Amino acid sequence: MSDNPNDPVPFRPYVPDTQPLNDTPSYGSTHKRHPTQKLIRLPHTITETTGPRFSADKYGAIMDLSTAVGGQAIGERIIVHGTITDEDGRPVPHTMVEIWQANATGRYNHPGDTHDAPLDPHFFGKGRVYTDENGYYKFITIKPGAYPWGNHYNAWRPNHIHYSYFGPGFASRLITQMYFPGDPLLELDPIYQCIPDLAARERLVSKFDISITEPNWALGYRFDVVLRGRGATPMETN
Amino acid sequence: MSATPTTGSQTIGPYWHLLEEPEWADLTRFGATGELITLTGTIRDGDGALVTDACVEIWQASPPASDVFQGWGRARTDTDGRFSFRTLKPGPVPGRGNALQAPHIAITILARGILIAIHTRAYFAGEKQNELDPLLTMIEEPARRSTLIAEPTTPGVWNLDIRLQGEGETVFLDI
Ligand SMILES: [Fe+3]
Repeated sequence: MSDNPNDPVPFRPYVPDTQPLNDTPSYGSTHKRHPTQKLIRLPHTITETTGPRFSADKYGAIMDLSTAVGGQAIGERIIVHGTITDEDGRPVPHTMVEIWQANATGRYNHPGDTHDAPLDPHFFGKGRVYTDENGYYKFITIKPGAYPWGNHYNAWRPNHIHYSYFGPGFASRLITQMYFPGDPLLELDPIYQCIPDLAARERLVSKFDISITEPNWALGYRFDVVLRGRGATPMETN
Repeated sequence: MSATPTTGSQTIGPYWHLLEEPEWADLTRFGATGELITLTGTIRDGDGALVTDACVEIWQASPPASDVFQGWGRARTDTDGRFSFRTLKPGPVPGRGNALQAPHIAITILARGILIAIHTRAYFAGEKQNELDPLLTMIEEPARRSTLIAEPTTPGVWNLDIRLQGEGETVFLDI
């Protein structure tokens, strides 16, 4: 395959050990759901380097998860903010961030969740925000509770918020979970532990942030996210 | 400039439906015109059991994204393990070098038990360009290649069944 000056700049391969393997035996649901044949490495084409664009006019923003149906959700109100950058530290502007989570008791507003904890009529657990031109985002919610799951005896998921990010192309899509500092369940959670590299794992834990904490109203947490960068570093393109 | 690696991926889990907007499965809902098709299929696991809690997303670079056609959609697998999208039939798109890629739709599969997104593609049976497509020609075994090729069922409906693991395992891509 000969190169063509019009070829799109590919996204960079993932740094080894910073991403989970789908074959992770400690997480039972992976057993029958991970591919066993070698993946085919596909040099990126415009199918992988381009991707959808979302905006609030078609996909409306939901920035405050802490109130619904005219009432306040029960639980510890928090503000979560941070920046989304690429691997070279460049902001990812105007990108959609989807958010979903359990309520303060550890129960999802989802028919499949059978955990014996109360639903909150004032909490749906769904959000959607956009980064600004500097890659900055912010939303308001309540701190989700831990909940039991069937993976192993006495298994509990640590407190976490689920996120979905798109970034600039099909190959920059990222689904992840944000955790809270000091949670004793992190050490025992096979989903958190699936990321081999310790530093990469710890970046999934948000940081308490007094600077965004609002007096008499809500605690603040910071969660910065990095999406894939392009194959050529700025140095190489010069 | 110091580089920070991409944030680690985590499973979408069993409760991602909180995000679901069923109309997002119809990519033509903003008034797109062209050759309307339905892309459907089932997802099965290593035991051949239907995967009924997956989030399936599609993206196509053709026809080019516009105000009325975003090129992207999301659908659940239902209680029959089936996903279904309404979209426009793509045309060929440029590949690397001077290659041309046969018409295709990129597919992302996310679910409980999947820690990092699984990627594949749907091509269309009977397309002449399939024989020259850079990805399809990379796969020597015809049986493996056929896991990427949607077959017509009724007029305008294309079916691609996906097997995550085991007998007839779909070809998945490292992108
Ligand atoms: Fe969860």
